[in-house]
Formats: sequence, C-alpha cells, structure tokens
Amino acid sequence: MAAEGKAIDALGQFELQPFLGPIGEAVRFSQSNAHMLAAVGIISGLMIWGMARRAIIPGRLQAAAEMSYDFVHDLVTGQVGDEGKRFFPFVFSLFMFVLFGNLIGLLPFAFTFTSHIAVTFTLAMVVFILTTIVGIAIHGKHWFSYFVPEGAPKPLLPLIVPIEIISYLSRPVSLSVRLFANMVAGHVMLKVFATFVVMIGGAGILGIFGATLPLALNVVLIGFELLVAFLQAYVFAILTSIYLHDAVHLH
Amino acid sequence: MADERDGGFEQRLRDARAKRGLDKPKDAGPTQGLPTGPWGIGFRAGVEVVSALVVGIVIGIVLDRWLGTWPWFFLLFFVMGSAAGVLNVYRLFNPRSGPRG
Repeated sequence: MAAEGKAIDALGQFELQPFLGPIGEAVRFSQSNAHMLAAVGIISGLMIWGMARRAIIPGRLQAAAEMSYDFVHDLVTGQVGDEGKRFFPFVFSLFMFVLFGNLIGLLPFAFTFTSHIAVTFTLAMVVFILTTIVGIAIHGKHWFSYFVPEGAPKPLLPLIVPIEIISYLSRPVSLSVRLFANMVAGHVMLKVFATFVVMIGGAGILGIFGATLPLALNVVLIGFELLVAFLQAYVFAILTSIYLHDAVHLH
Repeated sequence: MADERDGGFEQRLRDARAKRGLDKPKDAGPTQGLPTGPWGIGFRAGVEVVSALVVGIVIGIVLDRWLGTWPWFFLLFFVMGSAAGVLNVYRLFNPRSGPRG
C-alpha cells in the first residue's frame, strides 16, 4: 500500500477511519477513539488486576503497577511538594494515558492517537484550565500578580504584563505541539524507511541485500521510538507538575 | 538484631514519616528535573519560541479583525510574541521561582 506507484505515503497512517466500517460510521466512532478506549482499558486492567492479589512479594503485573504508581508519586511530590498529593490522581491518569497511547501506537496495525494535535491540545487545555482554576482558587485576586514580575520598573509594566500573559497563554501550545511533533516525526520516519525496504527489496537479488540496510535502521528506530514514547509521557507529566507548582506557590 | 540492618527502627520510622509527608523535610528542593540532552533542550527551546510567537500573532489578528485596525495590532503582538518567546527560553534555563518548594 505504501509503495504504490513509487510514491512514499508517509502521512496516510494518520488518517481517521470509522471503526468497524458502517457501525462506526453511523455513530462517528473512529479508530482513534477505539484506541483511546483500549488504552484506558489496558491501564485499568493493569491497575485493578495487577493489584488484586496484594502480594507482599509482587508478581510481574503488580510490580509494574507499583512501579508506575511510585514513579508518578515521586515526580509529583518532588515538583509540587506535599500539596501535590491532591493532584496525584490527575497527573497519574494523564501520564498513563499518554504513555499507553504512545506505546500502543508502536504495535503493528495500531493507530497513535497522541499523533493528532486535536488530542494533545485537548489534553494540554485540560491541564491549562485546571492550573488556572487551582491558582485562582488558592490565591484569589492575588493570583493576577503572577503576571507582574517582582522588581520590574513601573514604567515598563504596560510592556511586561502583556508579554507575561502571552508567555502564559503559550503553555498549552508548546505542551501539545511537543508531544504531537515527536510522535508524528517518529512514525513518519518509520514509515519512510519501511517503504525503502519494500522499494529496494523489489529490485532483484542485489536489492534484497540493499534492503537490509533500511531494515536494520528501522529496528534501531523502533528502539528509539520506545524511548521517545516514554520520555514524552514523562515530559508531559513533569511539565504539568511544574505548572501545578507555579499555580500552588505562585512565586 | 533486625533493627541494626539499616540505621535502626528510629531511622526507618523517620524515613516512613517523611515519605508520608508527616514530617516536613528541611530542604524541599526538586528531586527530579527535566531531562537534559542537547536535542531535548534544543527542541524545547524551538517549540517555546514558536508557540509564543503563534499565540501573539493569533491575538493580534483577532484584535485587528474585531477593531478593524489591520495591521497595527498584528505588528504590535508579533513583536510582543517574539519577546514572550525569548522570555520562555530564558525561563527554561532560569525558572522564575528561584528555589522550588
């Protein structure tokens, strides 16, 4: 499909298709939604099933569940401090959702819902609105002093305050674009080199030897993508914690 | 004695209380930071600049549409957006709240 007509179709993998043909078409349910549901199901399964036995010596599933819990717990309390425990469930769900979205997308025939700016921007807006509401709820009117840096000269304030506001508004944009761009770039690279394998491999005996080169590169890339999948979920979670820290502590 | 293993019972009790947040640790600094690789930092800086610029431009264009003053607000907020982008990159290396906690 990818190498049809000697053209590399690297972006076709991001197209939305109705899930289960006419059934999905009728209720506007795409494969992206189906993968989100799958991610939520796998996470719930891991946490509920993994912790069901509550063994003192954890098995594999329980160890995975406990490790992810501990990891996010240390991340949130390390960044936000003790007040951060209130936000642990939020950051944990966000981290697991993004992580499993990235990981599921690496499986063959699967779809990466984190490669859509609509999804990542929605997640980033949730973070943005939550941090703003938390900041206003905790500090009241005093929260607006966030846009007035300490020690700034008075005559410069009309210039500095709009710049601070733009800087604050750019947070959800940078948060979502970072995740989206990383996932798209990785999957496009994988697709391009996979297409090279087919194209070169089709060129006779010599081509089969030549095709091993992009194939080897793709093996390396998959490993790299696993790292990126984890790293981007981590960055998303830690930036959320940093924004929460700013909202709770203000200065 | 079993207690001798890791600093005795008192030490373990202190660790457990600190972990639960019952005792406040003295220096509540950040325990983890963002990953710092040359590529990570470079990409982050780029994204920060572009996103601030985009937000500035969008605000400018919306204001111009609303007030019919094209292109003045666009130009103003273009400059403001670039300044905010530089500010974002500055914050990337010098977080605003000094010592966290």
